Amino acid sequence: MAMVLKIENLHKSFKLGFLLKKMKILRGIALSVEQGEVFGYLGPNGAGKTTTIKCILGLIFPEEGKIEIFGHPHLSPKAKEKTGFLPENPYFYDHLTASEFLDYYSQLFLIKKEEKEKKIKSLLRLVDLELSADLQLRKFSRGMLQRIGMAQALLNDPSLIFLDEPLGGLDPLGRKEIRDIIVRLKDEGKTVFLSSHILQDIEMICTRVAIIVNGEIINQGALQDLISEKILFTEVILSGVGEKELEGMGEYFSGHGDRTLLKVFKEENVEKVLRLVQSSKGKVHSLIPRTETLEDLFVEIVKKR
Amino acid sequence: MKIKAIALNTFKEAIRDRILYLLLFFAAVCIIFSRLLALLTVGDKVKIIKDVGLTSLSLFGALMAILMGTGLVFKEIDKKTIYTIVSKPIHRYQFLLGKFFGLVLTLFVMLLLMSFIFLALVFFHTFTIEWEMFVAILFIFFELCLVTSVALLFSCFSTPILSSVFSLAFYLIGHTAWGLETLIKKIPPGLGKTMAQALYHFLPDLENFNFKTEIVQNLDIPSEAFLYSVLYGIFYTLFVLILAVLVFRKRDFI
Repeated sequence: MAMVLKIENLHKSFKLGFLLKKMKILRGIALSVEQGEVFGYLGPNGAGKTTTIKCILGLIFPEEGKIEIFGHPHLSPKAKEKTGFLPENPYFYDHLTASEFLDYYSQLFLIKKEEKEKKIKSLLRLVDLELSADLQLRKFSRGMLQRIGMAQALLNDPSLIFLDEPLGGLDPLGRKEIRDIIVRLKDEGKTVFLSSHILQDIEMICTRVAIIVNGEIINQGALQDLISEKILFTEVILSGVGEKELEGMGEYFSGHGDRTLLKVFKEENVEKVLRLVQSSKGKVHSLIPRTETLEDLFVEIVKKR
Repeated sequence: MKIKAIALNTFKEAIRDRILYLLLFFAAVCIIFSRLLALLTVGDKVKIIKDVGLTSLSLFGALMAILMGTGLVFKEIDKKTIYTIVSKPIHRYQFLLGKFFGLVLTLFVMLLLMSFIFLALVFFHTFTIEWEMFVAILFIFFELCLVTSVALLFSCFSTPILSSVFSLAFYLIGHTAWGLETLIKKIPPGLGKTMAQALYHFLPDLENFNFKTEIVQNLDIPSEAFLYSVLYGIFYTLFVLILAVLVFRKRDFI
């Protein structure tokens, strides 16, 4: 797989306050993103996710380090022509309508008039804003703004798309819509660099992740390599068995009505519980083995730091 | 093409700004007020109308340039609209020039509107269209271009309030710096004179664009004076724009 983004030893600090005290934000970030993958960039608030993206896109200038996009220096027009960007909490020119806004931005890519109209229509269809094409952006909801932001990021048909917290502040339906668009982009062979702290979504759509804490990358790799397949515990919801009989089998929680939730940590105890239910003529309502999640890994890493 | 797109968007945004219409309203009030002032003054009434009218054009045009210009870049950074622009294949100088030309276009339209009110009032008294007034208005436009570039420069690194104060100071100094020229003539040679000369060359002289008195009084203006003012305007504006580009090209958008 060809490498589309390569970052080496990226350092950035800001001077803050009256005394211009130097505060280190990025401390030697190094990562690489391959073609066609959805790359998750995870980290707690203030870890340096947005700062990294801003460095890549030329919004801020790193003190040290090298960034290459498709083998070109990151600030070269050749690199910028192949990238798209949706910032966190996007805010656009609210006096423009959705189609005027996309028309304005397409002029920055020097897209020809005939092509432009077709492109704007298809993008508005993609983000499901066809009916709001003539509505001013000031009247857009948060979810609609996020979607029009996604449309502007795709205007130049980019091969690499940077999405900074694209799912933040959205309702479940809005999140699903954005997630579907990301999956569609991946299916089209595009590379997506996704920064987020909503781990559930990252886990669903990302192929590889990097975890950043305090400006340093702590862990990166394919999701299946980072998260162990080992079963941590099994959640059993059962009824018809007394509390005393279940003693020593696992963590006991009483559930709704006669249902009981039992967290069983040893695999041999699961067998025992099942036999017990059978002999007591009880019922097993569900049995879910829990493997390690990205959230478990993330919490463990952040706590260690 | 990219500069044109940004300029047109800036123009579209600027003409929606209510402050512009508030200033336009006060400019119209001042121009019409000149008629009242003419009644109270001894002398040629039309000359008073022309003088006060042209001064109103210059003053309110400059206020528009300062109040709108100082927010131009700051607003884009504050509202983060600049993030999606700068990340596109566009040079920062193109963005800045687009903003400049957008506001210059806005000021041109506003100056046309104010001039229309002013010339209509003059026509009401003289029943002739006084074309020479356009020369004075053209130089007011040159002055507004320079003030816009200064407001844009301050907007690149400062807040709108501070930038407005700085730009207003530039405008006031620019219209009073000629006093230094008189001072230079009066003081004896020495350190004081050299310092005053250095200061005079450093400070802007916006009186170079002021042909109001000559035109109102029908005085002859040598063509070299026009040429000097045009070149002064172009080079000073270019100099300030280059400074703005230098400040802006290495700025972090946090």
